Amino acid sequence: MMENSIAWILLFPLFGAVLSSLLGMANRKVCWPIGVLSALGAFGAGIMTLIRVIDSPDHMVVYLFGGWTLDSFPRGVGIEFRADLLAILITLIVLGVGLCVAIYSKLPVEQETPEKEGFFYPLFLLQITGLAGICLTGDAFNLYVLIEVAALTGYGLIAMGSKRAAAATFNYVILGTIGASLYLLGVGYLYIKTGTLNMVGINEFIGATEGLKESPTMQVAFVLICLGILIKMAFFPLHAWLPNAYCHAPTATSCLLAPLVTKVMIYVMIRMVLTVFGVDFSFESTLWSSVLPWLVVIAIVSAAVMALAQREIKRMLTYLIVAEVGYMVGGVWIYNYYGMVGSIFHIISDACMTLCLFLGAGLILRKCKTTRFDGLRGLFSKMPLTMTGFFVGGFSIIGLPPTCGFFSKWYLITGAMVAERWEYMVALLFSTMVMVVLFFRLIERIHLAVNESGENLGKGHGDLGLTKEQTRFSEGPLTMLVPLLSAAAVVLAIGIYNQEFVDLIEIFLDPFDLPGEPLSK
Amino acid sequence: MFEDGLIFLNELFLERLNYVIYVVLLLIGLHAMIAKNNFIKKLIGMSIFQTAIILFYVSIGVKEGATIPIYLPEHDPHGEQAYATGGPEALTVEQVTSYANPLPHVLMLTAIVVGVATLGLALALCQKIYQGYGTVEEDELMAKLEKEDASSRKPKTHPAGKSSSKPEVSSRAKRSGTNSVGKTTAPQAKKSSGARKTKAPVKKATRKSDQKKGDSK
Amino acid sequence: MKNTSLIPVVLVGFLLFYASTDFPEWGDPQSPASSSPVSSHFIAKTGVDTEVPNMVTAVLADYRGFDTMLETVVVFIAGMAVLAILRNFSRKKPVKRGHEVSVEPDLIVTNTVRLVVPVIQIFSFYVLAHGHVSPGGGFQGGVLMGASFILIALSWDLERALTRFPINRCMVVAALGILLYAGIGVLSMALGGEFLDYAELEKVLPVSREMARYHAMLGVEIGVGFTVTAIMFALYANLSSRGRLEGGL
Repeated sequence: MMENSIAWILLFPLFGAVLSSLLGMANRKVCWPIGVLSALGAFGAGIMTLIRVIDSPDHMVVYLFGGWTLDSFPRGVGIEFRADLLAILITLIVLGVGLCVAIYSKLPVEQETPEKEGFFYPLFLLQITGLAGICLTGDAFNLYVLIEVAALTGYGLIAMGSKRAAAATFNYVILGTIGASLYLLGVGYLYIKTGTLNMVGINEFIGATEGLKESPTMQVAFVLICLGILIKMAFFPLHAWLPNAYCHAPTATSCLLAPLVTKVMIYVMIRMVLTVFGVDFSFESTLWSSVLPWLVVIAIVSAAVMALAQREIKRMLTYLIVAEVGYMVGGVWIYNYYGMVGSIFHIISDACMTLCLFLGAGLILRKCKTTRFDGLRGLFSKMPLTMTGFFVGGFSIIGLPPTCGFFSKWYLITGAMVAERWEYMVALLFSTMVMVVLFFRLIERIHLAVNESGENLGKGHGDLGLTKEQTRFSEGPLTMLVPLLSAAAVVLAIGIYNQEFVDLIEIFLDPFDLPGEPLSK
Repeated sequence: MFEDGLIFLNELFLERLNYVIYVVLLLIGLHAMIAKNNFIKKLIGMSIFQTAIILFYVSIGVKEGATIPIYLPEHDPHGEQAYATGGPEALTVEQVTSYANPLPHVLMLTAIVVGVATLGLALALCQKIYQGYGTVEEDELMAKLEKEDASSRKPKTHPAGKSSSKPEVSSRAKRSGTNSVGKTTAPQAKKSSGARKTKAPVKKATRKSDQKKGDSK
Repeated sequence: MKNTSLIPVVLVGFLLFYASTDFPEWGDPQSPASSSPVSSHFIAKTGVDTEVPNMVTAVLADYRGFDTMLETVVVFIAGMAVLAILRNFSRKKPVKRGHEVSVEPDLIVTNTVRLVVPVIQIFSFYVLAHGHVSPGGGFQGGVLMGASFILIALSWDLERALTRFPINRCMVVAALGILLYAGIGVLSMALGGEFLDYAELEKVLPVSREMARYHAMLGVEIGVGFTVTAIMFALYANLSSRGRLEGGL
């Protein structure tokens, strides 16, 4: 059990999916418990793997499927899972979010997609399998298959809802397929030049072969892979699929997909840059590294402005995701130690805070039947716990100190200053400003008695100008409230214990020799 | 200069014809996926796109003078040779060059299956869109979606603040100069009747496309 | 719109042509892909490692067996997702189909199908089981088997095919296929190996380690065949009737 813990991370949700589809035909009621239990099992296996990774001398656990061990077979014959610190941290985030949403999903699924539990939970669990596998795999082609597992389950989960959701999903299918196919093509280009699909094998081959770094095939392979992943992560000019798909998806689906899919794709980019192509090749041999930081600036600014234009919470959050993707991509491409730390840390914190916000938005939608801004007046006195959880996420997005968002943004800005990328820093600060406006506008609506046109309707001191019935305490159900509050607690906990996380990330980044690394190490 | 160009063209089109063809196919597919208006045409483009990538991978696996990657009788682990020597033996380097590389073929089996899965799912989406909106043309669908989004954007009466929402609605209605009640009902009625009208002729087309897909399987 | 979409197409085309001038010689046996230690190992040692004459099958089901398991899962997901998208539980009453004319199934067609279907099914078993020594395997066999049911649905109507293979049974069979595949993997894990390390099955099978791999691959292929058969038919049944599972084309 212990030495196979990596395999169990994927096997728990896989078996859970098969079982819930089998038993779900007989009785739909058993789907939810199976879903929660297998998500819990996977999370346990993830914790176990984290302990093993930290305990092992080189902070790495390698698992070879099919027993094709490295000492008696050449590397790349079998499929390899490599859990280093970065991989296992992101996997744990995936599994944690999966567990939270699995618990949360009970009531929204019953309400929004009635009688479809037997389809929802298998797809839900396979989505977790796919995303966790993407984080752990050490094989470039296996990564493609896992990307497709995650993508297809995502299409199914989104389109399961209304007909509007189906219309939005079609764009996602087209763009997602272009993205995944470009990635596949890039892997083919790597294969034609290196003859292996194993990530470490490719990296070793690039390092050992003269002149490979300058070859057009490698350059184009790099561009194709990056382009494919950028489409998949909804980087600004390629983001067209995301807002509609996530906005019209059923609540439980958007809670699972929104925090994870884009972040896992950024993880894939970091993996490609650091592990597969190597730092020298990615940052110094390609044109890409001089173009992308400017695209990032455009991405952050325009996504923030578009978020400002939205009058509905869920839609606003989707544009925030697009802006956050810009932060993280920028943190990677400013080519700096602190930027990379900030980027990785921001993956972790952004997943948690986006989860908070979407869980909160789901609760608001359930209670108020709308997530439009003008329907939220005086909501704080009605559901104080929900709104507290929601605003912990919101403050983290803005970057207020005790939350984790502050620390990750701190590292990103430090990186921008050390690398003297002032344009990136200005974009970060501008979008922070925009997010302050966004969330304080919401606070105004929810806590104070201000209506759409800015008039004050109440008399102050808690009088919102509403009747007693309208402000009566009425919280959401416990299965939805507990995940939200625990997500909010995690956001605060990661913020308070940020040094522990940064230490782990620094151990991971140590061998890569990024510029700007503090000399004391 | 001219000579060089000829050599380049010769190299590109005669010796690497597969690579050229795959790029052309890929571009056709990509263009169809981006530019075509009809969803089914987009999906046809998607199939061409994926097939082009499969062609590329299979081209990687080509090896001059090699046969398919299945052991010839003399190398068969269960053949007479193996029994004579007491078990299968690893092939020598020269023998290895006489078999094609099996890996690209395996990878493409995976890619084909993924392609079929994506296509099936996308066709199901098309049917759901057609059921819901009565069209599989992108521009018509966009117009309908815009109309739907606009009607859902109108402020509804919400639980937190009935007293205040009413004047808001009426002030909006005054600004746009129409009766709010009439506005909400009219487009819906129009839509449903319009959908019914358009349904009949388009139905044949989708039935045809269904048939095609059934045949291709 | 039409013209702006040409820009990315031209850009991608330029990139790809630029790269293809740099590829190794066409069919060069010394190219990295053909001469790498990985592909040489597959060609030289497949017989020794697994005793399977068809290297593609060995690579598919054993060396890269984990890929193939996920691939089967992808097929399963497609079936699940199509059912989830198209099935409408809220509207149970039958939809009137005014435009469809019910025609008696054609005598020649049905009788031909009656003759052909058993042959197709037996051939699909052959393709599945013979995948170790000739081109074939679980996916191909499964698609053939699924095609035989689709043929029944095409020549009579969907209901007739669905009485043979109801949609619920489809999903059960598909799930069982994955369960079989992953179950063999877990069994080899329980016997002390890694996931999908079929060689460990020698402890329960009366054969050598290599032959254990050989037999386990057959089991795995059968699992794949189950899933593919069921999902191919489920996809056809749902897509041809818009999720109503009646009438069909």
